[in-house]
Amino acid sequence: MNHIISVLVENKAGVLAKISGLFSRRGFNIESLAVGPTDDEKISRITLAVNAEEHSIEQIIKQLYKLINVIKIQELDPSNIVERELVLIKVGADSKTRPEILEIVSVFRANIVDVAKKTIMIEITGNSSKVKALEDLLRPFGILELVRTGKIACSRGSKS
Amino acid sequence: MGKITGAQMIIKCLKEEGVEVIFGYPGGKVIPLYDALFDSDIRHILVRHEQGAAHAADGYARVTGKTGVCIATSGPGATNLVTGIANAHMDSIPMVAITGQVGTAQIGTDAFQEADITGIAAPITKHNYLIKDVKDLPRVIKEAFIIASTGRPGPVLIDIPVDITTDLIDENFKADISLPGYKPTIKGNLKQVKQAAKKIAESKKPVIFAGGGVISSGASDILRKFVKVAKIPVITSLLGMGSYPENNELSLSMAGMHGTKYANLAFTEADLIIAVGVRFDDRVTGKLSEFAPGADVIHIDIDPAEIGKNVKVLIPVVGDAKIVLTDLKSEYEKYIEKKGKPNWEQWLSRIKKLKEDYPLKYDRNSNKVKPAYVVEKIYELTKGDAIICTEVGQNQMWAAQYYKFTKPRTLVSSGGLGTMGFGLPAAIGAKIGRPDKTVIDIAGDGSIQMVSQELSTAVTNKINIKIMLLNNGYLGMVRQWQQIFFKGRYSHTCIYNCVDFVKLVEAYGGVGLRVKKKEEVENAIKKALEIDNLVLVDFWIDREENVYPMVAPGSPISEMLESEMLEGV
Ligand SMILES: Cc1ncc(C[n+]2csc(CCOP(=O)(O)OP(=O)(O)O)c2C)c(N)n1
Ligand SMILES: [Mg+2]
Repeated sequence: MNHIISVLVENKAGVLAKISGLFSRRGFNIESLAVGPTDDEKISRITLAVNAEEHSIEQIIKQLYKLINVIKIQELDPSNIVERELVLIKVGADSKTRPEILEIVSVFRANIVDVAKKTIMIEITGNSSKVKALEDLLRPFGILELVRTGKIACSRGSKS
Repeated sequence: MGKITGAQMIIKCLKEEGVEVIFGYPGGKVIPLYDALFDSDIRHILVRHEQGAAHAADGYARVTGKTGVCIATSGPGATNLVTGIANAHMDSIPMVAITGQVGTAQIGTDAFQEADITGIAAPITKHNYLIKDVKDLPRVIKEAFIIASTGRPGPVLIDIPVDITTDLIDENFKADISLPGYKPTIKGNLKQVKQAAKKIAESKKPVIFAGGGVISSGASDILRKFVKVAKIPVITSLLGMGSYPENNELSLSMAGMHGTKYANLAFTEADLIIAVGVRFDDRVTGKLSEFAPGADVIHIDIDPAEIGKNVKVLIPVVGDAKIVLTDLKSEYEKYIEKKGKPNWEQWLSRIKKLKEDYPLKYDRNSNKVKPAYVVEKIYELTKGDAIICTEVGQNQMWAAQYYKFTKPRTLVSSGGLGTMGFGLPAAIGAKIGRPDKTVIDIAGDGSIQMVSQELSTAVTNKINIKIMLLNNGYLGMVRQWQQIFFKGRYSHTCIYNCVDFVKLVEAYGGVGLRVKKKEEVENAIKKALEIDNLVLVDFWIDREENVYPMVAPGSPISEMLESEMLEGV
């Protein structure tokens, strides 16, 4: 099962290491991780995507709570969130393939952010399935590099 | 306002926390701190190895309930603390460890004696700090003591770069603590407690399972009162020993791998386990899928992460054991007042029968020095009133089995980590915490050699502990496994005759006695207790004596090996 947990932590040195250390120590794999300050500069948000059984995720949340610098943890309900990831994809392109690539890019409402003689760089923002679909379509042209930010997510509605 | 150094500020803050003794060892990066300590009335015990400092602080904390404090220098000093910190972490012992660090400007440059101790210690501390500004000292020290001693206790490490200790700070500088993410739940949810009371009253075969949490929260008293009302048999973990008096008919002593057979069978037959301050360690549960197959579990613990970690829990209550048990007792009393007392006569007579049928046993008629006999004599001659520290191995299990613990904070033993070499330094800390008590280290010949330099610490500081060495010339517990599970191939476990322990202790200025015959046991113990010095009694015990009963690893705890099965005696 895929889970997205959103962790509010004190914005202090070493906190990220404590969190990632806890995951590896307890045998959990982090699929993606994104960190950034919140509107309160003393507090950061870490968004973690984790693949684990229900029982394990419960245990990992309890263990996370034991870290003194962790303030709040939310497990986001995947059916009620907005989930985004930003991905930069560099693909091979020549005069023959370029129009086809541009068409795909426009269908996906992605952006071209750099064009060179033999490559194009595309920026896409979206949820994982959208990103995955674009990736699949671009693969035949030769993906030279792919860089992603890691997922971030926010629950819908007034709940915080 | 006058200015003081960071080092002086540290001492000032420690005094404000009520620290009366520090166990430590100096070095380059803590010279300023030791300089400030020189002017202070805080007692400092100079150990001979930093591991000893951590274990001594641990032993001190276990017997007093206060937070133990140890100091080491940067690099090797700090890494030498690691085993002791890990030991305290596994057993939830309140400790503050202060380490020196290279100067702030040198951090990260692989400077001389630099070690990333906050990184190394992260998995074995409740929390840790690297100080970057002298102004953080007062806040961090206050927070460290709060974190170490509240909620589920544990060790906190403060790493202090040397320049911070020489920086100046206003003498009266104060800063508020800031722990937005730390709010341990103390009071248990009353609805859950009520449910628990009802569940208990409706059960047919309940047992209480009391652990170290009962002792650390000071709940032994209320546990006794609750049991007096409810008449529920009590099983303990190793760390829970003393939480309920073992000489009471409702006590089933310790369960688990080398627990009593009657405790293990009571678990197996029970329909309800009321677990308090325990974590269902694998040494207790044996094969998890067959542990207490018929029992529902009420789990009371201050750490929510322990609930449901190893066993399925029907009614969880997160809170401090003392407060939850107080509420549970009054809810239970209310419930039975309305609905009447449950009738557990059958269950209690079954328990009585189990105790009669499966007593702990060893060959009492043997004329060899049997370790169980030695421990029984220690119990008799101290009238059960001593503080017993143990090493790890067979000695530890014999101590747990044959000394009858009746009061909390009287057994000091490394449970979770199983650290050989814990007992001697822990006994030093225990004796400093409780100078009024006889403090005994029931030791093994392997374990004590891991820390024997601490004999010097004890003798020089006139810390008159008594070491009862169960000398079998083996790493006995490992040898026992080799005998039973590895066809008797004693690979590297014989340490026979490698040192003369009597001469060793004499070299340090203590007194050594040797016992080779059963008839000499009693007198030697008496003499050891009388002599006003550190005494080590070297008991040459029956070398291949095993600890029974025993649950083979991977077996359910109801299946216990007995000596007759394996040795035909
Ligand atoms: C530091 C450490 N190293 C190794 C072990 C593994 N171990 C557990 S018991 C034991 C033997 C202990 O020998 P001794 O102290 O003589 O006690 P005995 O079992 O003979 O009573 C060993 C090696 C351990 N628990 N701790
Ligand atoms: Mg031995």
